Amino acid sequence: MQYLLLLMLLPPLLGAALNGILGRRFSPAVVSWIGCGAAGISMLFALLSAGAFSGLADESLPYLHSYFTWIQSGSLRADYAVYYDRLTLVMTVTVTVVAFIIHMYSHGYMEHEGGYYRFFSYLNLFLFMMLTLVTAANYPVMFVGWEGVGLCSYLLIGFYFPKKSASDAGKKAFIVTRIGDAGFTVGVALLFGTFGSLDFAEVFVRIEALRPGELEGILTAAGILLFMGAIGKSAQLPLYVWLPDAMEGPTPVSALIHAATMVTAGVYMVARSNALYAHAPQALEIVGIVGCLTAFFAATIAITTNDLKRILAYSTISQLGYMFVGCGVGVFAAGIFHLVTHAFFKSLLFLAAGSVMHALSGELDIRKMGGLRHKMRTTYATFLIATLAISGIPMFSGFFSKDEILAGAYEGPLGRPWLYWLATLTAGFTTFYMFRALFMTFCGTSRIDTEGEHHIHESGPKMTVPLLVLAFFSVIAGYVSWPKALGGGECFDRYLEPVFGSSETLLRSTAAHHASGRPGPGELMLYSLVAAGIGILLAYWFYLKSTELPDRVAGRFSTLYRILVKKYYVDELYDWLVVRPVRVGSEVLLWRGVDAGVIDGAMVDGAARATAGAGGILRRIHSGNVRSYASWVLLGAVAWLAYILLWP
Amino acid sequence: MVPLSHYLALSVILFVLGAAGFVIRRNIVTIFMCIELMLNAANLAFVAFSRHLGNLDGQIFAFFVIVVAAAEAAVGLAIIIAIYRNRGSLNIEDVDSMKL
Repeated sequence: MQYLLLLMLLPPLLGAALNGILGRRFSPAVVSWIGCGAAGISMLFALLSAGAFSGLADESLPYLHSYFTWIQSGSLRADYAVYYDRLTLVMTVTVTVVAFIIHMYSHGYMEHEGGYYRFFSYLNLFLFMMLTLVTAANYPVMFVGWEGVGLCSYLLIGFYFPKKSASDAGKKAFIVTRIGDAGFTVGVALLFGTFGSLDFAEVFVRIEALRPGELEGILTAAGILLFMGAIGKSAQLPLYVWLPDAMEGPTPVSALIHAATMVTAGVYMVARSNALYAHAPQALEIVGIVGCLTAFFAATIAITTNDLKRILAYSTISQLGYMFVGCGVGVFAAGIFHLVTHAFFKSLLFLAAGSVMHALSGELDIRKMGGLRHKMRTTYATFLIATLAISGIPMFSGFFSKDEILAGAYEGPLGRPWLYWLATLTAGFTTFYMFRALFMTFCGTSRIDTEGEHHIHESGPKMTVPLLVLAFFSVIAGYVSWPKALGGGECFDRYLEPVFGSSETLLRSTAAHHASGRPGPGELMLYSLVAAGIGILLAYWFYLKSTELPDRVAGRFSTLYRILVKKYYVDELYDWLVVRPVRVGSEVLLWRGVDAGVIDGAMVDGAARATAGAGGILRRIHSGNVRSYASWVLLGAVAWLAYILLWP
Repeated sequence: MVPLSHYLALSVILFVLGAAGFVIRRNIVTIFMCIELMLNAANLAFVAFSRHLGNLDGQIFAFFVIVVAAAEAAVGLAIIIAIYRNRGSLNIEDVDSMKL
């Protein structure tokens, strides 16, 4: 089994190295073969590993294998080791399948772009880092993957680095996530200080052996600190600001990294650390609350955004919030379930958007689109399927995963009614803005200028086949977990029980309050459907029926509208609060003050000036006048004599 | 017996005269004679102590001082002659080209 895993991990790394170092001299076809081939081999071995794992004697226990000792320093020992359990299986399969599909799509999408080999090199490197992250057996190796995907994200967002907005976006992403990473590192250090080890196998076992309430303070602190890393990486409040700007990167990047995989690393980390959070329910509550608020906040911004990719970006932030709500109320499996379904339909949405961009020569403003469904049938159909999925329409995958989270928000171990209501309201908003995007892009009358009209064509099979595959998964991925309310057995949750079971039981037993069975799960489902239905109707009314309505409403509520369009002025706030002080501090204080003034001026130049000055004074002794020399000699002799005679 | 202090006083007076002349006088040869005077003052002190302490060490050292003075005089006079030949003057204020 360890070889299968190695064969899953290594091909992307080798592909990245090959394409990165020699890719310039390869033809695009060779680059594609290496890039997509590496992703394909990785996917193949991920599936084979999954199969091999499932065939093991007791596969409710994790499979551990250490490849080599990486760190051995004092009492800290961190091996490059894999921790493969059912959760890892779910993650690796999802990541590799989606990554492979997107690699194939990029083959078509990035065909005529410069730096083709660089793109596939970075994409492969990303895949390797992400797999390292999800298979890691200890926090340091997970952190390697964590930082690695952050690096690749920076490289890929800034892929069109000659464009200033793109390179700025790359920097913004890396720096903002770094802030979260600082918290993550402190959290990891705290865990090491408490347990003397950072291996999951050891730490989680020891935590589970604790009595409830023991070490709660430290675990809560660690939980919050680790979550800070997740806030940065998974773009939650207040560190979400990098994700909308990250849309500067090529669309496949947005699909893979900023929808399906990297941003879900935070969710995975929380889910992996469920034992820790089960013993620190206050930290978990914070996770849930932050997730819920973020979901709502991002949804409100999305309803007034006009850039198609940015709508999807805010949608991603919002859906990630849902995943954290799932983890935060104690139904971890639901959170992971939503992660999987979201990976499919969100990447589909992005790839379809890419298809639209391709047809419209890079246009992204939905106010300049419309009526595309006639000329781009496949793209329209797949986008529609994905929109239905994300809106939680029954029978599509998003319905199952989102409803499980909503049910958990109400009656889960740490569930609270207000979380449920806010999340349901957000679901309504989600439906509204997604259908708004759909209607304005594909339906209604065309607002495209006639010159562009001629170029509109459905994308070639290299791009549409991935769309179709993802659409297929967007529909069926939900069926693995038929909700209890409709008589099903929720197989997905039961599958992940070995991973989450003890934590969920603990949380349920120590929960401060228990929701009595007031509204039954069926009733909860009804409310979310109603919210979704209202969302669709409103979107239809605003954007298809009476298209002058949005402007009228915007005019009536102009202040509110302006706040939303300006994204609550958060970027401006951060600029004033953080960026400007840092700039001023570094320029005026550190550069001019310390560097030029103190170090250059006082220390370096000052030393020179002091020496020159002293020299200038002392050289007056060398007057050339021999008699003055003689006087000095005499004076010195007298002084010396006085010193010897008069001092004891 | 002449008290030691008399000899020492004379030695000091000679030394101070020599030092003062060394600083004040302008003629190079005169300055040299003052240097010799200082050396002799030291010799006088050595011998006076030797006589007073009954120890011959002082007198032996006086020999050394005389030898050194002689050698120094030889070299110094050679330098003076060279200077005179180059500048045509024995005024020490004319030897000032080594200023910084």
